[in-house]
Amino acid sequence: MAKILDKQRYKCAMSSMLTVQAIERAIPVLHSGPGCAQKLQNNSGGSGYFSPNIFPCTSINEENVVFGGAQKLHSTIENALKVIDADLYVVLTGCIPEIVGDNVEEVVEDFADAEKPVILAQTPGFKGNNYLGHEWVVDAIIGQLLEPAEQVTKGLVNIWADVPYQDEFWAGNLRELEKLLSELGLIPNTIFGFGRGIKNIRRIPEAEFNLLVSPWVGLENVKKLKEKFGTPYLHWPTLPIGAFETSKFLRAVGEFAGVDGEKVERLITEKENYYYHYIERYADEFLETRVMSKKFSVVADAHYALGITKFLVNDMGLFPAKQFVVDDTPLEFQNAVRDYFNDLNYDIKAEVLFSVDGYEIHNEIQNTSYFGYPLIIGSYWEKEVAAKTNAHYLNVSWPVNERLVINGYYVGYDGGLRLLEDIYSVVKTRFN
Amino acid sequence: MAINFDVTDIGTRENRLGSITGYVGDLKDLATQSRCGSLRGCSRCFSQSSTCLSGCALGQLGGIRDIAIIHHGPSGCSVTGAGLYSVTKQVASKRGVVNNSVYIGTDMDEKDTIFGAADSLRDIILEVNRRYHPKAIFVSSSCASGIIGEDIESVVDEVREELDIPVGAVHCEGFKSRIWASGFDLSDHAVLTTLVQPPKQKRNTINFKNFYESAREEIIEIFRHFDMEPTFLYANATVEELAHMSEAMATVCICGTLGNYLGNGLEERYGVPYVRTINPLGVTGFETWLRAIGKTIHKEAEVEAYLERERAIYLPQIEEVKQELKGLRAVLGMGPGYTFEVSRVLQELGIEVVWAAAWHYDPNYENGEVPPAMQYLLDNRPNFTVSVSDQQNFEVLNILNQFKPDMYLSRHPGSTVWAIKQGIPAIYVADEYMIFGYRHTLEFAHSVLDSIRNRSFEKNLAKRVKLPYTDWWYQQDMNLFLQHN
Repeated sequence: MAKILDKQRYKCAMSSMLTVQAIERAIPVLHSGPGCAQKLQNNSGGSGYFSPNIFPCTSINEENVVFGGAQKLHSTIENALKVIDADLYVVLTGCIPEIVGDNVEEVVEDFADAEKPVILAQTPGFKGNNYLGHEWVVDAIIGQLLEPAEQVTKGLVNIWADVPYQDEFWAGNLRELEKLLSELGLIPNTIFGFGRGIKNIRRIPEAEFNLLVSPWVGLENVKKLKEKFGTPYLHWPTLPIGAFETSKFLRAVGEFAGVDGEKVERLITEKENYYYHYIERYADEFLETRVMSKKFSVVADAHYALGITKFLVNDMGLFPAKQFVVDDTPLEFQNAVRDYFNDLNYDIKAEVLFSVDGYEIHNEIQNTSYFGYPLIIGSYWEKEVAAKTNAHYLNVSWPVNERLVINGYYVGYDGGLRLLEDIYSVVKTRFN
Repeated sequence: MAINFDVTDIGTRENRLGSITGYVGDLKDLATQSRCGSLRGCSRCFSQSSTCLSGCALGQLGGIRDIAIIHHGPSGCSVTGAGLYSVTKQVASKRGVVNNSVYIGTDMDEKDTIFGAADSLRDIILEVNRRYHPKAIFVSSSCASGIIGEDIESVVDEVREELDIPVGAVHCEGFKSRIWASGFDLSDHAVLTTLVQPPKQKRNTINFKNFYESAREEIIEIFRHFDMEPTFLYANATVEELAHMSEAMATVCICGTLGNYLGNGLEERYGVPYVRTINPLGVTGFETWLRAIGKTIHKEAEVEAYLERERAIYLPQIEEVKQELKGLRAVLGMGPGYTFEVSRVLQELGIEVVWAAAWHYDPNYENGEVPPAMQYLLDNRPNFTVSVSDQQNFEVLNILNQFKPDMYLSRHPGSTVWAIKQGIPAIYVADEYMIFGYRHTLEFAHSVLDSIRNRSFEKNLAKRVKLPYTDWWYQQDMNLFLQHN
């Protein structure tokens, strides 16, 4: 049912065109109105090999609404194959063809024998948001592109984590997760970002297991991979930021992959020594601030809200005020997500509000006692409420404005240090 | 063509003005066909994504201070609000005012597309009013709500009874036009029919239609010489200011595509003269425009005195930099409001216009005349090649590959990078005042000069990237996919 979407934190399912854009040499072909791509593009990091303003698009007009747009879709795909030099063409449908009932499957089937793969993901905006749309695109890749592998490659692990572009740090985070797995002696396989692309997609079925680092997004995908190829999966709900969670993550992945326990512990000791060398040097900065209370709120999707909450509580000794999960988490996952927030050191439990209503969230923040200057980590929308509550404010979740992220990341030991740099660069703008 | 003030859905530029998005030819042919009514335009059997009219319509309205936009559609439609929010905050903060406007979506879902969501929409409007006490509310449709036939008009009529503020409906189905500028007209129509009040007294104000008022201080200073106060529209404008637009001495605009509906509407309904000249870009543009304003407000002598003082300062400097620019070749791709204006300025600076692409073309404006910038070129300048396309990057790159100009000029986000990937310096003429008046014409000339003198960035990038189009495409005529309707 239509609801008030005040200070919106997500876009519609067809924004998963950005999931396609994150795959090197893959291009979305849009069966939609002329302006959807321009609206759904990310403000930052969009001018790659392909960019949204060159995505082929049927640019549906009034005539197509009345008489159907199948023919236009056909000529658009046919010519996209000639004009655009891509490895993979992903047809995405917007609202209009789904309402008027264009038979898009039939059109896409006409290209089954095309020189390059053409697949279809139905992503009408009214069917869900871009977190779901991302899953549908990955689902289309699994269902329409992947063939069973001849054999499983020992140590090969597919990593699934952030939703590209919805998470500004997606590229940096994925590279850092890959590094962590490599250091365990595993062979990471990801499909998004520099140098990955279709060759990595083809390798998905030969992985020993799938690693999903996310509270709920992508769970359907790893289940489908298990169903289709028998590949087991490890579902690790917390984005590991800082030493506590990253060490836990390495132990869990090591154990699941059958990596020698001593090797894992040696790696962890080395990493923690390195990490705590820096923490030791800057501990006075963190302790001797006159301007930060111990209480914080995160306003983000479940992925970041959980990851940052765990980091600030378990690594830095801060206390969670209410946390806000804004990704429209489907009801069936909400209890599980809530439980993850209750698993913190010293039996600390973080209260969570699932809400897509920014007005309600801002009221909650204004009515919360932070006992001093609060720390608010959220989207650009929170800048205003942070000013009203005298908070320290860092823009991490979508929409991210007024900061540029190229390949920055918050994952892992180094990611934790980066997040501290960013938080305390804000804290240091105030003396008292 | 008279404006119909009694309806909220004014259709599109294609229907109303015969505007087109597909054409290849030259300036003279385009004008001849426009005049004899034979211009039909082409469609394409292959196209790349362009822009939604709702962004133009609601982006304009959303800049007005302390109002609410309610965009009835799935969450992708209302995402405009997220980007608009930071722009409105930044332009308000630059001016030292606060803009509390909100842009709310309705997150339409599948059930809504089957059963409709008029009741929810009504509740949302009332709740937004309760939360923010906006000075006006605009409710917009989308492709999805439009196709299912959601009657936003009735919902708006209903809530108008309950609320003591102006409430208007804006019909923003993205599929109805390939011309996003149709959205500017929708916003103007909504302002004209919802906010503008009949005049009570004449005021010494000038309605100044622009985008983000970056040259605000400087324009206030210019008009102070003529005892006139500009009211900048719509970013940062108040509902109160808009209500009084009918009392102004004149309406002027920085871009004909942006301003002509409002200008004509205010003239037609309230007799506010709309100054229809070429725009104040470049020397000739600025002088022609300001003289016409002077005539309209009966301040000819003051205008001449002002121009004389300014000419003495800037013209020698412009002449000097012109020597360096002479003989350079340019391709440009912009909305038609700027294509023909910037073409004139480039020629004024001694730069040859090799090809001008307009993102659409209006054979005439609401008053039935050929757009002034085009008329000026026809009367004063040599003919040149013109194409019309709704951005269509693959056509532009084909043109650039063929002509290899010294520069490509454009003003739409995401359009410059493709030129530099082909090794051609790109100049982003984004700010509407980038070539305004003598001073900015001088600045612009220097920007052009700097851009073509240090080509390191584009050479570095072009050397290392592959272009996204096939070799096959570069061997085709750029008009391969155009189909005569």
